[in-house]
Amino acid sequence: MFRVFYCVLARDITLAMRRRTDVLTTLFFFVIVVSLFPLGVGSEREQLRLLGPGVVWVAALLASMLALERLFAADYDDGTLEQLLLTGQPLAVLVLGKVVAHWLLTGLPLVLIAPLVAMQYHLSPPAIWVMMAALAIGTPVLSLIGAIGAALTLGLRGGGILLSLLILPLYVPVLVYGAGAVSVSAIDIADTEPYLSLLSAFLLGASLLAPLAAAAALRISLE
Amino acid sequence: MLDVTDLACRRGERDLFSGLGFQLPARTLLHVRGRNGSGKTSLLRVLCGLLRPDAGSIRWRGENIRELAEDYHRDLLYFGHLNGLKADLTGLENLRIASTLDQAPVDEDAIIEALARIGLEGFEDLPTRMLSQGQKKRVALARLILSKAPLWILDEPFTALDVDAVEFLQQLISAQVADGGSVVLTTHQEVPLTRGAIQRLTLGETVDDLDAATPAAH
Amino acid sequence: MNWFKLASPAAFYPFAGRLIPRFGLAALVLVLIGFDWGFFLTSDQLGGSNPQKEYYRIIFVHVPAAWMSMWLYLVLAAWSAIGLVFNTRLSFMMAKAVAPTGAIFTFLALWTGALWGRPSWGTYWDWDPRLTSELLLFFLYIGYIALHSAIDDTRRADRAAALLAIVGLVMVPVIFLSINCPDPTQCASLHQRSDPGSIHLSILIPMLSMTLGFWAYSFAAVFARLRTIILTREADSAWAREVIAQEART
Repeated sequence: MFRVFYCVLARDITLAMRRRTDVLTTLFFFVIVVSLFPLGVGSEREQLRLLGPGVVWVAALLASMLALERLFAADYDDGTLEQLLLTGQPLAVLVLGKVVAHWLLTGLPLVLIAPLVAMQYHLSPPAIWVMMAALAIGTPVLSLIGAIGAALTLGLRGGGILLSLLILPLYVPVLVYGAGAVSVSAIDIADTEPYLSLLSAFLLGASLLAPLAAAAALRISLE
Repeated sequence: MLDVTDLACRRGERDLFSGLGFQLPARTLLHVRGRNGSGKTSLLRVLCGLLRPDAGSIRWRGENIRELAEDYHRDLLYFGHLNGLKADLTGLENLRIASTLDQAPVDEDAIIEALARIGLEGFEDLPTRMLSQGQKKRVALARLILSKAPLWILDEPFTALDVDAVEFLQQLISAQVADGGSVVLTTHQEVPLTRGAIQRLTLGETVDDLDAATPAAH
Repeated sequence: MNWFKLASPAAFYPFAGRLIPRFGLAALVLVLIGFDWGFFLTSDQLGGSNPQKEYYRIIFVHVPAAWMSMWLYLVLAAWSAIGLVFNTRLSFMMAKAVAPTGAIFTFLALWTGALWGRPSWGTYWDWDPRLTSELLLFFLYIGYIALHSAIDDTRRADRAAALLAIVGLVMVPVIFLSINCPDPTQCASLHQRSDPGSIHLSILIPMLSMTLGFWAYSFAAVFARLRTIILTREADSAWAREVIAQEART
């Protein structure tokens, strides 16, 4: 079972490496959205420090969601998705492989670039570390939940907009605790622990349930 | 081996077929015919388990394919309208991934040999998007050479192929049937078999012009 | 009466048709009682000497609507689950028929919440946890309806939207938790917490009457919508044609 998981993972990463622009677009989308806010709300340092956590998380939500639209779409168009459904492997494992690949390509870069955008908002070094930790735990949850929506909206007209309508409300808990952790770290770094534990619990729950739901959604969409 | 009883399928508001039943033993080829839109592709997708029938059951070796789920898919090779190739991967990579996912990994030499047999020697390392339509189809059909699945379900496998490739595919299908496998296919071509039986099934005909010898649906 | 027989759309259609007027009448009576009692009979001096402001009477609409909005989402998800598990067509139609009514009650709860907020908090919208929860619930309803109407193939639409409703139901406790307790170590709410036993009878009775009225309305509205859905989907069956021909004659 691990072999097929790894096979799908390696396949998707190879494919992305042959079309690197897709990965970079998500990353730059994130950077641009984050950079636009100070232009809109003014560049006063204290205000930016307050807004920073929320803005970065909302931008991460949007970036992750934009990239999700392509999670299954390419495979759907060329018929490989149909083949994946007929491989004789548990579909949930294959879905998990695809989601992990997707996160490595779109989520992990956001985590790595977070210190850079955090500096635009004058966040303190401890807060930056907390933000990276929260993003590292939280963005996989976004990919996992989003996979369900991507599977449900497969091949539909205006799938992207619809996807955001379905999925963004479900992202709220990650947003609340992800941004909350960063805000609290300004007061006392020890206070962030319950936030990060809750996010980890979400990650655990999502990685168990979301692949199953996404697999069921794929079967429905491919009928 | 494949036992279909009382199958019915609706797409949208239209009844495609109902009360369809047949048995497909080993060493048999089932040739599904019918006009465009008569439900050939839907029937094949139902037989694969991709599409849920509105009524009836499909049994593979005596067990319902819904319950067998992945075990059934392991015995099955489906070839649909889309080639199922990633355009950015080479023929070699495509086939290697397909065989790994089918849990019958084959080594690189076997894949190169299969590609050579289907007339793509020297094209192994080209991304499939650089190949012509017919060549892409050949890459996809190389899965048949590598496959050990006893049941093949092929939807219009002959389209876009040239004369040589058609002949080669006919040989492959004959060999599969002769080796004790079963094949379900839709095509407008005749498939000469060296050994084994051919069944014909015609979809979308009225009772009047029903060929008495065919196990047909209405 | 054989209840299983009602699982077939053909049997359910006339059954629902007979029930609609009864539920409609019950809804009218119960809502009128609720209004009359709550707006005119319930005094503004309750529990103590501290008089309530007149606008508090909005709770007779706001609270039952909020109850209904949550309960109907549960109903929506339950029918969806039954449909997915037992593959019964009527369950999916039921779920589809419930969704708009649920969305309307959610909207009503939000609207009355805003009307309450203006005089009491000085703003139409405050990020009060329960109102925010209600807003998120509204988004879930909208998502269900949008997904269902975006898919042309009815079977895929039914099953995909059903799955979404169940995913939504699983997420609802987590979403509500995160909204009510943005700080995981302490939860707070602008709403006062009160246990049902301590609610004054002359508040409780009109509120219950209103809730039952909303229930009856939901039944009537859902059945009416369901009949339309059944007729549309069964349009080429013999019995549906008969019904349509009959309607055309009268």
